Order: sequence, then C-alpha cells, then structure tokens
Amino acid sequence: MAPAQLTGAEMLIKALVDQGVDTIFGYPGGAVLPIYDALHLQNSLRHILVRHEQAAVHAAEGYARSTGKVGVVLVTSGPGATNAVTGLTDALMDSVPVVCLTGQVPTHLIGNDAFQEADTTGITRPCTKHNYLIKSVDDLARIVHEAFYVARSGRPGPVVVDLPKDVLQAKSRAYVAPTAVKHRSYRPRLKPDREAIETAVDMIAKAKRPVIYAGGGVINSGDRASALLRRLVRGLGAPCTTTLMGLGGFPASDPLSLGMLGMHGTYEANLAMYNSDLMIAVGARFDDRVTGRLDEFAPTARKIHIDIDPSSINKNVIVDLPLIGDVGRVLDALIKAWNARGAKLSQRALKAWHKQIDVWRGRDCLRYEQGDKVIKPQYAIQRLYELTKDRDTYITTEVGQHQMWAAQFYKFEKPRRFMTSGGLGTMGYGFPAAVGVQIAHPKSLVIDIAGEASILMNIQELSTVAQYGLPVKIFIINNHYMGMVRQWQELMHGGRYSHSYTAALPDFVKLADAFGAVGMQVSRPDQLDDKILEMIETPRPVILDCLVDQKENCFPMIPSGAAHYEMLLGPADKATKRASEEGMVLV
Amino acid sequence: MAPKEQPIEKRTIAVLVDNEPGVLARVIGLFSGRGYNIESLTVSEVDPESQLSRITVITSGTAQILEQIKAQLGRLVPVRRVSDLSMEGPHVERELALVKVTGRGNKRVESLRIADIFRASVVDSGHEHFVFEMTGKSEKLDVFIDLMRPLGLVDVSRTGVVAIARGPKGL
Repeated sequence: MAPAQLTGAEMLIKALVDQGVDTIFGYPGGAVLPIYDALHLQNSLRHILVRHEQAAVHAAEGYARSTGKVGVVLVTSGPGATNAVTGLTDALMDSVPVVCLTGQVPTHLIGNDAFQEADTTGITRPCTKHNYLIKSVDDLARIVHEAFYVARSGRPGPVVVDLPKDVLQAKSRAYVAPTAVKHRSYRPRLKPDREAIETAVDMIAKAKRPVIYAGGGVINSGDRASALLRRLVRGLGAPCTTTLMGLGGFPASDPLSLGMLGMHGTYEANLAMYNSDLMIAVGARFDDRVTGRLDEFAPTARKIHIDIDPSSINKNVIVDLPLIGDVGRVLDALIKAWNARGAKLSQRALKAWHKQIDVWRGRDCLRYEQGDKVIKPQYAIQRLYELTKDRDTYITTEVGQHQMWAAQFYKFEKPRRFMTSGGLGTMGYGFPAAVGVQIAHPKSLVIDIAGEASILMNIQELSTVAQYGLPVKIFIINNHYMGMVRQWQELMHGGRYSHSYTAALPDFVKLADAFGAVGMQVSRPDQLDDKILEMIETPRPVILDCLVDQKENCFPMIPSGAAHYEMLLGPADKATKRASEEGMVLV
Repeated sequence: MAPKEQPIEKRTIAVLVDNEPGVLARVIGLFSGRGYNIESLTVSEVDPESQLSRITVITSGTAQILEQIKAQLGRLVPVRRVSDLSMEGPHVERELALVKVTGRGNKRVESLRIADIFRASVVDSGHEHFVFEMTGKSEKLDVFIDLMRPLGLVDVSRTGVVAIARGPKGL
C-alpha cells in the first residue's frame, strides 16, 4: 500500500510525534499557520503558547535540561525567528539540545524582502549547531529527523529548521520514519582511545594532590555519568569541584565536594585547583570564568581533559592528555582500567592534601553576617534551600549576583535540578526556563531565583503561567540594583554607579495580581521563613518579592584577570587587591 | 594577561565537505566569527556522485590557534574530513591566473617573450592585448604579474591555491 499523502505541516507533526515529542513551545504567525492548523486537528502534541519567542526557546531549554530530552520550539518567520536568536545562542553556549522550527515566506518569495521575511538560516548559522532550509516537501521528514539526531548527538546544541509556507502546504507521500534516516557524515566520537586511558591511569597513579573538575558535560552525558563520577571520586578519594553548569553532577553534601570553582567559587575549590599536581577535567571547557588568569592557572598540575568536543581541547588551557569521547563512556573505561590495574593513590600524600584542603575550608569563605533588621541575600537563599531541600525541587535562575548566591548556597545533590544560563549569561532566562521545567514536571516544586532587574526581561510570561495554571514560584532577591553591575562599579570603577539603579521598579505584588498570580513581599528576617513556606504551599504561581540588603556584594570573587589565589574574600579585602589594568579590559 | 607570544605559522588545510547549501558560508563564517585569518580559499565539487566538495584554505596563526581552526572545522556538521597538508608530509600547491596585458609595439612583444619564459599560454589576443593563462606556485604567479605591470597589465584573476598530498594515498 502506498503511504498516505500528507501536507508538509501534517508530515511535520507526524515526524515530531515519531521523534517522541510530547510538548512544543511556540507562538503563531502568518508563515506557520499551516502548522497551527495541523496542530489544531490532533491530540498527540501539546502546544504551550508563550508570550515572546525568546521565552519559547528558554522554556524548551528548561524542558530539555530537566528531562534530558530534546526541547522543541515553533515560531513564525521574520521577527519570530529573530526573537528566538538569544535563546538559540544561549542553548549553543550551554550545549542544550533544542530543535527550533521557524516559519519562512514561500520559496518563490525568498530573497524578495517579503513581509516578515528574514534570512533565518543566515542569521542563525553562527548561533546554532546546525541549520536547514527545507526547499521541498519531499525532504521534510528526513531533515526533521536529521535535526533531532544532530541536536542530541555528540555535544548537544540547538538546530534550526526553516520551513517555507508553500512547503508546509504542499502534499507528498515521501514520509520516512526516524529509523530510516541516517545522517550521511555526522558521527561524533563517543568511545575513548584505549591507550590514552592507560596513560591516564599512569598519570593518576602518580598524583599526590589530585583534583577533579567536573562540568556540564557530566550532566549532558546522562545520569549514569554522574553515578560514574561519584564512583571515580570516591574510589580515588580525591576532592571534586564543579562548574556552574556541573552543579548537581556531583552531590554537594559529599565530604569530597569542594563546591563550585571559578570567579565566585569557594576558597577551597580555587586553591585546590591552583595547588594540585593532577587535574582531571570532566566535561568542562576551561571557561574564562573558571580559569581566571591563564598563565597562573593550576601551574603545577598535569592535566587530563575528558570531553566529547575535540575543539574544547587546548582551546584555553593546554592539557597533557586529552580523552575525547562521551563522558560516561570515558569514565567507565577509566574506572575499569584503574581497577584492573589495581592502582591506588598514595594514602599518605592524599591525607596531607586533605589536611591542607581542610585548612582552606576553615576560612569559611561563604560566611556572612545576618543581623535582625535587613535580610541578607545569602540568608534568603540559604533559608530557601533549607525549606525546600527535602522536596522534589527544581531551581532556575536569572543572571547576576542572585545567580552566584544560588550557586553558592543552594546545595544540589542530583543532576538536572539546576537550570541557569552559564555561557551566554542571559538575563531573562530563568522564568521562561522554569515554565519549561514545570511543564515537564507538573507535580514538582519549580522556583526561579531571580533578581528584580532580570525578572523584568521576560515578565510577560506571567500570562503563560496563568493560562496553563503552572504553579511556578518566582523568588526575587530584590536589592533595587543590577547587583553584579553595581558590584563591578564599586570594585573597579570607583563607585560610580552609572545606570545600575532601577529607580522605577514595579510593585511586584500588584504586578502578580494583575496577571492572576499571587504576590507577596517580605523585608524582615524574622518573617522570611513564613513567607517562603507560604509561597511553597500556595498551589498557584507566586511572586515572592524579597527585599534584601542593597549593598551586599558577592564573595569570594576573583577579579577578572587575576589568578585563583588572588581571591577577594570579603569587603575588607578590596583595599589591598585591585584588578590589574589587563583585567579591566576583560568582561 | 594575554597568552605568551608564539610564532605565527602558515598552513594549507584541505577540508572535505558535503556539498549542501550554506556549507561555504559556514566555513567562512567560522573564520570571520572566531577571528582566524584566510590567506587563500578555493572550493569546488570534486565528487558529484557522493556530492562532496573540497575546500582548500591557507591560514596562519600560532600552533594553538591552528589546532583550534582544525578542531572547529571538524565540528561543523557537514565537514567530513580535515587534513593539514603542511603537517602531513609533502604536498603540491598550484594556482591558476588569467592575466590581461594591453599595449603596442615593443611592450607587447616583450610581454609575449616573458610569457614564453614562464610557460604561460595565450588564451585570447587582439591587436592591442593578450590574455595569458598561467599555472604554478603562487610565488611564480606573483613574479609574472609583477613583470607584466610595466608592460600594460590591466586585469588579473587568480583562483587561489589548490593543493594535494604527494604519494599514493588519498584524503
């Protein structure tokens, strides 16, 4: 029997369903009307109507990062596609698998400056892992399946599929199932080189001051990779620090955990990196926020770098041994080789190393003083953590001081529980991401830890949570400033607070009310717990506007251009250590 | 602090790609977006049946940057193979130029004489002009073009460098 004749739009829906998609985040428009028509006539796919295309991509990212599945976005041509660009770039920087379907003007109008035409494949070429323009309905199913394969394979990333309207309306019998599609050239390398694994065992066995530095690749590789990382760390008895993207990849409560490293990382993590003689980087990319000054980055360490992306090797830091492959597979091979060899680290050296680390831990670098009048932002997040840690909780953040405090004070035990914009640093990420997480986990507690400036960048999504009855919680750490900008202006620009104070903030309680959500405010430390509990117990979307100390800075801090040992530990430190001129140039 | 100064090297890199729309833009965009140099770039389909194109790019940078360039090229989805011809043994590089020289009398005769020495062939001629075709190493083309300058050089079109490894093995 010949396959049924389908329109391009129908074929697209069928392809999505066959890919196991259950939810798409989108916004309609002229060029995608045929798809919306096809959506209307089926029940397999749920469409979540967002209020801005950027939010659609962030929601898909939240969905993808909290589930491990590919997030799917549907937007129209022109402004629909250009609005999605920030989200796509965010997904590229943080390696999030997303397929973004964009409408396009009909093929005969492409290049004519038609209404709502944009060169979408041109614009998104540098901000996607790959993109496609479908010119014939006969190619549609194959390309959509390929897009999913590319998005999720190797180092994951966003893929755009541009769909001209006439292609969506044309009919064809050329539907193919996902299993029939094989990409003709893209085969990322997953299995590590055996010899390199043996060399790694040799290198590790000689270590006296080992440190494991784990990144988002651990989480992207799947839950098994996190389990293997735990096994490796505990098997070696070596300390483990994680990047912002790696939080949850190794349990924060484990005695071997050093917490986060980098610009706002812990004293013990950064000094352990600086003083180590062997570093195993696991699915991490030596980002400038992690390394600080490059020529003083872990100068005495021999470095092993596990990564699926060969371009991550030697990009910022020259390593001694690359292990290219999927983190889970590499860790598996490494642990097997280590055990087969019966290798063991020198226990005497390890003991001395841990003793040193305990001295650094003793500095208690995250210490802050909570008085009885004003809520300290750190205290707000610490209380939020204490009151939600025994629940099934997912945390997202916006970008800035609150994000760093969340990374420092919220302790993540499991992967896929923390969604934040790491690479691109996108203000406005957290709330729509929380929408995506809540859609994927309707029964869980989903909290966006926000700043009062960032939350305004995608505040329109309150309308989305109202429409779908999503009980997302927005916990605003409100200090009236773009806090991180203010902090840099204080530390590096002579306290000239140029345009970092928000003089006309909305009344967040009334704002919540206007959108049909619940608004609350708290300003006194003794009322904080009650308000947080009230927020948690309210089965509706809630904004909790938490007024905090306006001048609090985020410490520890490595000023840009400084080395790991040049951390500022608190306000008293800043007089003695100033950012270098070279550092001032850096972002 | 900026990384320590490293010597700048020049490399000839061959890239085998799926011949699909936008693939050249991806490669060029990669170079411009990441601030890499392109000294020469050529592209053409080399296998219509399996729709493969070959890009030859001459680039320069420090050893670390050159490694990055190759890794970043390898990361592009339609890229099948990246080969550093400069590093992987001896190879042959050739470029083709079409050179138009306009003049009369002695200059015209002289241009023909030099073309003969360089084994350039005449592909178009009139009473007042020649178009020479010349193939060779880029440096040889440079010298020829310089010699033609005082003799009435009016137009030059060059292909950019194509390259292939010596010996029996394919890419």
